[in-house]
Amino acid sequence: MITLDGTTELLTLPFVQNALLAGAVLGLLAGLLGPLAVGRGMSFAVHGTSELTFTGAAAALLLAGAGAVSYGALGAAVAAAVLFGVLGLRERERDSAIGVVLSFGLGLGVLFLALYPGRAANKFGLLVGQIVGVDRSDLTVLAGCGLAVVLVLAVIHRPLLFATFDPVAAAARGVPVRVLAVVFPVLLGVATALGVQLVGALLVIALMITPAAAAIRVSANPLVVTVLAVIFAEVAILGGIVLSLAPGLPASPYVTSIAFLIYLGCRAVAAVRGHP
Amino acid sequence: MSATAEADAAPMAVPAAPAAPAAVPMRTPAVRLRGARLAYGPRVLWDGLDLDVAPGEFLAVLGPNGSGKTSLLQVLLGMRQLSAGTVQVAGRRAGRGFARLGYVPQQRPMDPQLPLRGRDLVALGLDGHRWGLAVRPAARREHRRLVDAALAAVGASGYAGAPVGRLSGGEQQRLRVAQALVGDPSVLLCDEPLLSLDLAHQRTVASLIDARRRGHGTTVLFVTHEINPILPYVDRVLYLVDGRFRIGTPDEVMSSATLSQLYRTEVDVLRIRGRIVVVGGQDGADAHHPGGP
Repeated sequence: MITLDGTTELLTLPFVQNALLAGAVLGLLAGLLGPLAVGRGMSFAVHGTSELTFTGAAAALLLAGAGAVSYGALGAAVAAAVLFGVLGLRERERDSAIGVVLSFGLGLGVLFLALYPGRAANKFGLLVGQIVGVDRSDLTVLAGCGLAVVLVLAVIHRPLLFATFDPVAAAARGVPVRVLAVVFPVLLGVATALGVQLVGALLVIALMITPAAAAIRVSANPLVVTVLAVIFAEVAILGGIVLSLAPGLPASPYVTSIAFLIYLGCRAVAAVRGHP
Repeated sequence: MSATAEADAAPMAVPAAPAAPAAVPMRTPAVRLRGARLAYGPRVLWDGLDLDVAPGEFLAVLGPNGSGKTSLLQVLLGMRQLSAGTVQVAGRRAGRGFARLGYVPQQRPMDPQLPLRGRDLVALGLDGHRWGLAVRPAARREHRRLVDAALAAVGASGYAGAPVGRLSGGEQQRLRVAQALVGDPSVLLCDEPLLSLDLAHQRTVASLIDARRRGHGTTVLFVTHEINPILPYVDRVLYLVDGRFRIGTPDEVMSSATLSQLYRTEVDVLRIRGRIVVVGGQDGADAHHPGGP
């Protein structure tokens, strides 16, 4: 399971390099968005969004073939994000509403896959990711969307931070809290959709939430937390892909395991400091 | 009712802020309401409210639950529209995001895991509403200096680096005051900032707010259930009950005759050792039973 035999040669392959580039973009987005998602109590919404992304990707696969998967995923993620963002205005209902919508979406996704006559690997890939599937055009979409998310984040990050961590004072100060409650899930949805190709719908949460949750354990400085979350996410995704090459296994178990170990490490550090 | 008597008595220090709207003449009331009415459907919270609050005046807003105290602050913040009448803050129409309004909310429990330090909470009061990135080094230094000064002014420098969620309610409220003051407000709106604080912290927070007003001529509108912790500082009281209201000095408003009229039932106001005790009336007439918002 853990071997690096032949990893060096595999790293020279274009599809591996594509996957690593895609992973780097995804790690950056996950690290930037994760602390805000955790701060807004949106872990379950991230999971719900990624499940619905799977539905969208499955529908696209069935209706338009493997080439349309990215767009189907993106469309579904944004729709789900807007939905959850609007529901998020009434926090108590949000949890159950997400549960209701995601289970229905997941059921539809299973139906679409069952109806899809093509290769089984494409189906499985949507759930657990397949780095082999990342080609140049995917990479272009990924880089374009990633850049758009980073630019929007650069413009809104202070009001977003204010609205996330101190909503009452933010609203009093004129920050459009309700608008941001929809804009942020959309950013999160785009990042989630990009992640589905790589690590799969079931495991995106490991990249979006775990690094941020780990970083929050060891610092209360928002800047430090964000930098740490980016580093943790990059280590998890890039390390996971590299470790998965030689054994020829999917990257996601390695990605999730690294993320989980980082989380445990951060909790241990917090416990030693007396903040369990 | 006019505020001129108090305005002349109050120190008229003009806020020394670079952002001060120079066009506002000294006599312009900090807050002006004319024929203001706020109603939710058939329920009228208040109507025909004429109110001038002078620069540097300390106005306590009292009344039972649901009498529209917090709604009044929301109108001034531009978060809620009047059903009728006009409202002006510092000579201009109230609107969202007016930078020179400070806001101190009531203390609420915060998640101990919140990735936010005391100084971050204060800094959000300075530029948390601004879009874009702060990149100029000079601006960043100035930003840091203002936040440090605001932290020092409320005696919070010692725990500025601690996560806010792990601080006590009193410490959090000091930071709230710093957060409201760091933007150099000309009007400070306080919504039950003493609720759930112990007596010592109530005194500290109230005196911090009063010190700001005396030092900078900042107008204070202070919504509260409990007038006693702020009684030494209050110039006038706005007392709201069931759509009726009275405006006047604490002696004028906090009397058995006035409150009995307002509540339309027999209310006794007693003064014991410099404190005001209200007995009778409906829920909340008793100023010693702070309830919900």
